[in-house]
Amino acid sequence: MEKVDPLLSVKDLKTQFFTYGGVVQALDEVSFEIHSGEVFGLVGESGCGKSVTVSSILGLVQKPGRIVSGRIDFKSENLLEKSERQMNDVRGSSISIIFQDPTSSLNPLFKIGYQVAEPLIYHQYKKNKEAQSRAVELLKRMGIPDPAKKAKCYPFELSGGMRQRVMIAMALACQPDLLIADEPTTNLDVTIERQILSLVRELQAETGTSLLWITHDLAIIAEMCDRVGVMYAGNIVEVADVKTLFRDPRHPYTVKLLKAIPSEEHSVDVLDEIPGAVPQLISPPPGCRFHPRCEHAMEICKVQKPAVNQLNSDHSVACHLAAEEGR
Amino acid sequence: MSLRKYLLRRLVLLIPVLLGVLTLSFVISYVIPADPVRSWAGPQARPEQLEVLRKQYHLDKPLHLQIGYYLKSLVIDWDLGTSPTTRRPVIEDLKAFFPATFELAFCAFVLAVIMGVPLGVISALKRNQLIDHFSRVVALFGVSTPLFWSALILQFIFYYKLGWLPGFGRSDFEIERYTGFILLDCLLNNNWEAFKDSLERLILPSVTLAFYSMGYLVRITRGSMLEVLGAEYVTTARAKGLPARVIYFRHALKNAIIPPITVLGFTFGWLLAGTVLLETIFAWPGMGRYAAGSIVRIDLPAIVGYTLIVAVFMIISNLLVDISYSIIDPRVRVGGKFK
Repeated sequence: MEKVDPLLSVKDLKTQFFTYGGVVQALDEVSFEIHSGEVFGLVGESGCGKSVTVSSILGLVQKPGRIVSGRIDFKSENLLEKSERQMNDVRGSSISIIFQDPTSSLNPLFKIGYQVAEPLIYHQYKKNKEAQSRAVELLKRMGIPDPAKKAKCYPFELSGGMRQRVMIAMALACQPDLLIADEPTTNLDVTIERQILSLVRELQAETGTSLLWITHDLAIIAEMCDRVGVMYAGNIVEVADVKTLFRDPRHPYTVKLLKAIPSEEHSVDVLDEIPGAVPQLISPPPGCRFHPRCEHAMEICKVQKPAVNQLNSDHSVACHLAAEEGR
Repeated sequence: MSLRKYLLRRLVLLIPVLLGVLTLSFVISYVIPADPVRSWAGPQARPEQLEVLRKQYHLDKPLHLQIGYYLKSLVIDWDLGTSPTTRRPVIEDLKAFFPATFELAFCAFVLAVIMGVPLGVISALKRNQLIDHFSRVVALFGVSTPLFWSALILQFIFYYKLGWLPGFGRSDFEIERYTGFILLDCLLNNNWEAFKDSLERLILPSVTLAFYSMGYLVRITRGSMLEVLGAEYVTTARAKGLPARVIYFRHALKNAIIPPITVLGFTFGWLLAGTVLLETIFAWPGMGRYAAGSIVRIDLPAIVGYTLIVAVFMIISNLLVDISYSIIDPRVRVGGKFK
């Protein structure tokens, strides 16, 4: 098989926040790749660095945060070397994002038609009128009833689900190569979540755009994604295709995470929980960041950060245990 | 609710507010220990004369009747009574003095807005940089310096020491008065020399007044802008790859301007009332000086008249604020949820 460059390749990305309380090591050498047309899921608990990964890719890390090292190659160009102006041409055009909370992510004072049209106006230099009519088409494609009328509405006049559809329309306006979905269904109720998930999947199949799906919900990962990265405390601990991850998880954290899902085998009242809490990233545990909560922790785990073990072409894990077994 | 209906409702609400203001100013003049009639008639007045005056101004009647008489002439004849000290109708006096004060307050207001709002925005965008520190110092000085002191200092520097600007008065030119607003009248007379003179005379008092009210505006604008810059929809605007000017001045500023506008409503009222001291220092022939003089002479009709005028303007400027809210923010516009 011919080796193609991945669409997005994040390599050894280190993003830190220089606060008064100390340096928060939010991302510690995060690496992963997303190929063209692929749906890649990033899963982990709150505060594990999923969203920081996203803002690093978009170049939106705000002070006191800074990308310390690593590289982010998008279509074979290192985004970290681009100027703010060049990044502006990428953002909203080739890479766009749907945020978690559509209510606070839409500007309350502008009509939604205009907000959807805006990327077209500034990236494709379309005339306002042309962009607006394209926006109505997009809203229609998102399954918004009476789109021409809705385009003249303000965000507060729409329901949460409709607002998220508007966000998706806005993100897809310029037909991006990569769409990032940062927990887009967390704030929606379950029926609306279903609708949004199937809409995004449909649109993804239709446009062939790559998708980076951020979530803490493994059920969504199972449903939406081709491959998954599991994040813990600023590290990606395991990357595998979805089937492999659910069938044969290798990192103790992934194993624990999967056991915490209610299913037929383990009913709700005996769900496993992972002991301890997510570590403070100002002073993360030395060695493997998971070792204080890991029941298989060995001496080496406390001192040495585990390297990434490529188990096979589609499965890699950063754990000393896996390295032992592989030997 | 339509804007017209809303305006109508607000104008109707004006009535109880003004009634309250009226009652309060009557109560205050009623309870002061001095005898106003004695002050009006002078030390040589005979008791009979005092009695006549007392009867004429209904001061021998109980408070509620006094208010009743006042209201009756106000509503029926639009008459604010006659000043016992100037012996002219209060409404005529106020008409004569009002334009000078309004002109001063308006210029100060415009200056405060065009300096205060941009300075606040820039401070927020350049947070903790030199310009931000500079604006903080300026704002702090503005807020914490007493008006009379900064007036005297500015007068001392620019009039006495440097001689760049005139220090007193409104105009030396004799021109035809059409409106009472001197700048406007100069233009209507096509008298540019007089216009320049009046403008120069306006600079020191209005800058002093503007400086005083600007500080607060700068801080409010900065705080509001900083808050908005942290909002998620600004992150969205960034993520859309919009140019910085669009992010800051379209997406952020439109949201951030709402709290400063609230302040502006009160500011104009303050400025109108805050000229009392300033007009005395700059020998500005306005309503403030008239009010100060009336207070000294316990000129009750004049005091009540002045209070009413200031109250009306306070209410109107707040009404304008509410209207501009509804223009900026669609959420205020619909459903009649005015709060």
